Amino acid sequence: MAAPVCSTGWRKYLLWLAHEHLEFRIPEIQSIAQAVGSPLEICDTDYDIKSHPFVELRLPSEEDARKIIGRSFLSRCLLELWGTGQTAEELHKVLRDYPTELSVPYMRQDTSFRYQVAAFGKTLTMRRKKDIIDALDFLPFQGRVDLKNAEHTFYVLEDYGDDPTKTPEEPYRTFFGRWIGDGQRKLIDKYAVRKRHHIGETSMDAGLSFVMANMAATRRNAVVFDPFVGTGSLLVSSAHFGSYVLGTDIDSHIIHGWGRSTRHNKKWRGEDENIRANLRQYGLEHLYLDVLVSDAARSVWRPCQLFDAIITDPPYGIREASQRLGTKDNNFVREEDCEVQSPTKTAYTLSDLLTDLLNYAAKHLVVNGRLVYWLPVYRPDYTEKILPRHPCLRLVSNCEQVLSTDISRRLICMEKVRDYQESDSAEIVVNPYREHNAIRDKYLLLAKEKKLKQRTKKDAQTKRTSSNSPTQET
Amino acid sequence: MLLSFRTIMRLLTHNMLTSHVKGVTNGYPLKLQAENIKVMSVDFNPEFVARMIPKLEWQALIQAAESIGHLGDLPRELMPEYESNEEFLKMAHHVLMEVEVIEGNLECPETGRKFPIKNGIPNMLLNEDEV
Repeated sequence: MAAPVCSTGWRKYLLWLAHEHLEFRIPEIQSIAQAVGSPLEICDTDYDIKSHPFVELRLPSEEDARKIIGRSFLSRCLLELWGTGQTAEELHKVLRDYPTELSVPYMRQDTSFRYQVAAFGKTLTMRRKKDIIDALDFLPFQGRVDLKNAEHTFYVLEDYGDDPTKTPEEPYRTFFGRWIGDGQRKLIDKYAVRKRHHIGETSMDAGLSFVMANMAATRRNAVVFDPFVGTGSLLVSSAHFGSYVLGTDIDSHIIHGWGRSTRHNKKWRGEDENIRANLRQYGLEHLYLDVLVSDAARSVWRPCQLFDAIITDPPYGIREASQRLGTKDNNFVREEDCEVQSPTKTAYTLSDLLTDLLNYAAKHLVVNGRLVYWLPVYRPDYTEKILPRHPCLRLVSNCEQVLSTDISRRLICMEKVRDYQESDSAEIVVNPYREHNAIRDKYLLLAKEKKLKQRTKKDAQTKRTSSNSPTQET
Repeated sequence: MLLSFRTIMRLLTHNMLTSHVKGVTNGYPLKLQAENIKVMSVDFNPEFVARMIPKLEWQALIQAAESIGHLGDLPRELMPEYESNEEFLKMAHHVLMEVEVIEGNLECPETGRKFPIKNGIPNMLLNEDEV
């Protein structure tokens, strides 16, 4: 293992990643580092993080390390890395060589410590854990062992890989380090969609909405905007990080909290089922700026760099059909009990939506501000050329979440690099989004085919069991 | 203090909005007509207020606040080093964040077209003939 402290004084840390949303994990960490203002260096190792979710990093200070792990939803924990080895012997040798000046503060008599033994890809027996700890006897800890309230916790972390059919007897690698902090996955439960006050049909699961807020590098006193705000789920996660939030939506029902509730057992949304009430539920109401009913295709803002981040999940017609104000006769049925004027709406192709969104971001983001949005993709046709581009925006990351064999969505993160000029305009080089609801049709077709397959399978099973099962009679 | 469940429109937001009726070149600022205003206490965050001030059209803020009778002692011109002037920031905070318009209209200065504010939410949707 390379030196624990390099010439600049940056120490080495080990990040134990979550084993899900694989592509999102490193971009999330990098965006968080940007948000908290910490430089970050990812070390070159031969770990294939798809099967071995461990990353070695260098950071300038422990404070930075704590800030970073304190915001991560796709990381399990962060350790100050003292050593690693492919065998126990190798690890022990490295630990014996660990510089004394670095370990001494934790070995003192007047301090307390404890060990934690954990594994990825295997459940360890108590016996095994005890053996591992016993083998570390050579470490010169002089302090008190305190299993409940130790000042310092030291982890032994074994990596058995992610293939349950090929779990080795001994781990591929073992890490040893001082615990710095845990990721924020517990917050996912606190903010879980079913607990939230206001649910629309497309409320994203809480974990991913926090990841989006991290990708956008949101922070205290920033202004974050969602032009397709719906029920405000993305705003809650930005407000959690101290940003002030603002949203618009074309659907006045959703904004006001009127109409049928999509939650089971509830007919109508109450007056308190709106975005502000959502924020209030988590003590974040003071960060609510405003919401408006407006068409995202037509900016209502004066030319001004207003937003530090635009975070959105556009209505790409898969669950809720896209709408736009126009002059065609396309009467849209959602007008029961509506006192507010709702002009007829026309088809709004995804292509228009995406170019409008990028133009909007280029105009209204501050320089270095970020646009984070989901892009639906038909996987067989995917190339990087379908990603919308704009001369003011650079692509920061592009992470795929697979929804089915043929359909996925990609979380696109872009950063504004220079001021907007009149001549600037978004473009899509290879454009599969031009036909209205093209992606939606493909998705629905696949969903239908799946259902048909399942039904056929189920019918076949029912036939078999009814002919096989003996009748039970007393 | 009973927290209202109603939503509001703040003067901070009003300062950013413009009329986007087709063909309009002078759509800013929208004239604010308020029928129902509430003043609600909001946590004072001086850093946030100081950050927002450079983004504002100060005169439009003064005009709007005055038109609804809530200008108070807010200075009509920005003074140098306002970022460290806590008293000033408090007054700005009050006007920007604590004066809430519940019902009213935003009127396009060029065409007279009114965008209604209902339950504190402005409806900026245009009609078919305006797009």
